[in-house]
Amino acid sequence: VSDPRDNVQQEFLVEAQELVEALSRDLLLLDEAHHRDERIEPALINEIFRSVHTLKGIAGMFGYQHVGAVAHALEDLLDDLRLGRIIVGQQLLDVLFDSVERFQHLLSRDDPQSTADDGSVQAFIAAIRNVGPEPQSEVGDPLDKYAIEAEVLAVLTEYEEHRLRACIREGLLLYRLRASFELAAIDDSIERLRVDAEDDAEIITYLPSMEGGNEDTIELVVLLASRVPEPELRAQFESRYGVIDPIAERTHLPTLPPQPTSIPAPAKTVRPSSDDESIQPSIRSVADSVRVDIRKLDHLMNVVGELALVRSAVTRVVDHLQGKSVSRQSMMDLDRIGRTFERQLSELRTGILDVRMVPLGQVFNKLARIVRQAAREHDKQVRLVVTGADTEVDKLIVEELTDPLMHLVRNAIDHGLETPRERDRTGKPPEGTLALNAYHKGSNVVIEVEDDGEGMNVFKLRDTAVSRGLLGADVSQELTRQELLNLVFLPGLTTSERVTDLSGRGVGMDVVKTNILRMGGMISIASEEDIGTKITITLPITLAIIRALIVTVAGRTFALPITAVREAIPYVRREVKTIQGREVISLRRETLALCDLARLFGFRDAPRDGGFVVVGAMGNRELGFVVDELHGQEDVIIKSLGQSLSSVRGFAGATDIGDQKVALVLDAPALFTEYFESPEVLRTLESRA
Amino acid sequence: VAFHALIVDDSSAVRAFVRASLEERGFARVEEAETGFEALRLLASNAFDIVIVDVNMPDINGLELLAFMKKSPRQQAARRILISTEVGKLGTQRGMELGADAFLRKPFDVDELRALVLGLLSGTQEATR
Repeated sequence: VSDPRDNVQQEFLVEAQELVEALSRDLLLLDEAHHRDERIEPALINEIFRSVHTLKGIAGMFGYQHVGAVAHALEDLLDDLRLGRIIVGQQLLDVLFDSVERFQHLLSRDDPQSTADDGSVQAFIAAIRNVGPEPQSEVGDPLDKYAIEAEVLAVLTEYEEHRLRACIREGLLLYRLRASFELAAIDDSIERLRVDAEDDAEIITYLPSMEGGNEDTIELVVLLASRVPEPELRAQFESRYGVIDPIAERTHLPTLPPQPTSIPAPAKTVRPSSDDESIQPSIRSVADSVRVDIRKLDHLMNVVGELALVRSAVTRVVDHLQGKSVSRQSMMDLDRIGRTFERQLSELRTGILDVRMVPLGQVFNKLARIVRQAAREHDKQVRLVVTGADTEVDKLIVEELTDPLMHLVRNAIDHGLETPRERDRTGKPPEGTLALNAYHKGSNVVIEVEDDGEGMNVFKLRDTAVSRGLLGADVSQELTRQELLNLVFLPGLTTSERVTDLSGRGVGMDVVKTNILRMGGMISIASEEDIGTKITITLPITLAIIRALIVTVAGRTFALPITAVREAIPYVRREVKTIQGREVISLRRETLALCDLARLFGFRDAPRDGGFVVVGAMGNRELGFVVDELHGQEDVIIKSLGQSLSSVRGFAGATDIGDQKVALVLDAPALFTEYFESPEVLRTLESRA
Repeated sequence: VAFHALIVDDSSAVRAFVRASLEERGFARVEEAETGFEALRLLASNAFDIVIVDVNMPDINGLELLAFMKKSPRQQAARRILISTEVGKLGTQRGMELGADAFLRKPFDVDELRALVLGLLSGTQEATR
């Protein structure tokens, strides 16, 4: 641990990022409510205000002046909004959405003091200031209507006071709920109160009072506004929380002294609901979570790996002791301890992996913003349908997924979905649908990006590939429909004649594919003209640990990810045939191409009889890896090969397999690509024609 | 003996900043509260030398905490700093009436914070003498 200031700086960046994400999420809700003409919850606007307000405060303290300046201007605007001085409109929403992009850009700057952004930030602030307030005339102060104690008014923030006024204007009744809470469990109790009040009342604020409290309990006066008449509200809250008092409306004779409020019987102490046994009174904070640097988890995972080695060392010692002069009882004890150790170790490993999991919703929220923006830029109407946002994957995968998914979504809107007019011509509803689906499938997570747009014209794809010299004209005639569709993943191929700022960002489908493969995933495409396109991404749930088949090739040990393995069969040399210079065998009347690892890696020049064919599968392709021996399945922890070896193709990393031996983990997707898609293969296809 | 301080703010970055600024060289022992509720819990069982409170918090706001501390026998000796921003002008004004000893305006820097805390605490010592 170095300079504590660095940690504090890190704390800032993490929180700032979270605030911007929360802002983005809330803006989408606001946008939706606005466009559906629904009532906009004051709490939502206040949340948006609070995110910007907090961001402004911390940005200034940590030297991010531009972030602070933009947040400041927005804060003024949002303060006007939450205090009812302006209303939600398109111009306001546009500025707010733009600000999310701008914040992210500014936060990614290495040098927050850089002057490079000066001009654009000034222009943006001017645009924010340009969203003019529409002053509303106010007649009289509605607060005068109620006899609220000066003591209460003195502790309200401006916003709380505004909500109080707004509620009175809407004709709501004001109440005071006096309840005593156990300090140790106050968070749970308040949460329960919040949920109970949600439908019928707005909680304006909580005032801690000195009366009736001691070291363990505290009395709170909760200020409520509600449409519900007094008797019903009493019935709803008094048995569970405490005494409800209506706040009296002022009579028209201001000279009369305000009605003395009766001193209520001591309120009952609210305990966490006893019918829910899962809530135990405890000293807990509101946010039951900690933030952890992912590198710390990587470190823990490494420790688990070391422990696994210790465990196998112990096993070897036990084996060594067999038959020696050790009592039977001791051997049994050792054996039992060993098994317990293994069980706990596996639990520890699962636990650490679980901590790394985050919901895909984090990425989907970013995408929702892009959908909105892209649709607006292109005058297209897009309905975004998200399923499985709570599907969890490894944090690292979520990070790596953002760019590829962003590109797919942009593609779908730019090239896939048509304008309302075009859609009308083909009898489709004017609003296009873009679906983001996520779900678990075995040890994989599947993500689909699906649109009901114009789909892909495979012949146009083929012609483009041929005209760009990516494919021989003759070969192109022999490709199946699916093979033609797969051409979109070739580098240098773009299906659209138009270059727009949406997808013309230098990232093509080939880059998307490379990124997905790098994560050990697969990508496939399905498309029907006039019906739509669906891209399916399949990824391992976690990058850190995989189940692998351990094999040896010419005395060297390799690990082959089990997700890529379908089966293993004996290798019989005389069954091998050679077609177009490639060795194949026949498996259940299908031709299976072989990849002899010993020869691929240059360990042997000539083929050898015996051994096994491990049948690998990726998407709808199969490939047989020829190996010498099989050593069963193991959970392996993948370690990076390091910078100097990162360019070596065909290996995903290395792993410890006990006995202080290291095995290379084969990169199945890369081997498949190498075999099926390398330029040499296309040339071979061409030479065949 | 290190001073006992409490920082109440819903921003973890602000809490980390205040803690790092005050805990350097063992000057103070800083406790953190993310919400007013958490602060109430700590205020019920600890006597603090200094309490730094953000005015703008959801649920129980900084003003309500100040009003509570003013009445709480245990916290009579505590110096109170209210963190505010120019947006909450009203909040600053009310904070003054509720017995805040000083105000910090976000953004503030390390020196500003230390000078203010030192000034307030040396004042305490003089007063008790």
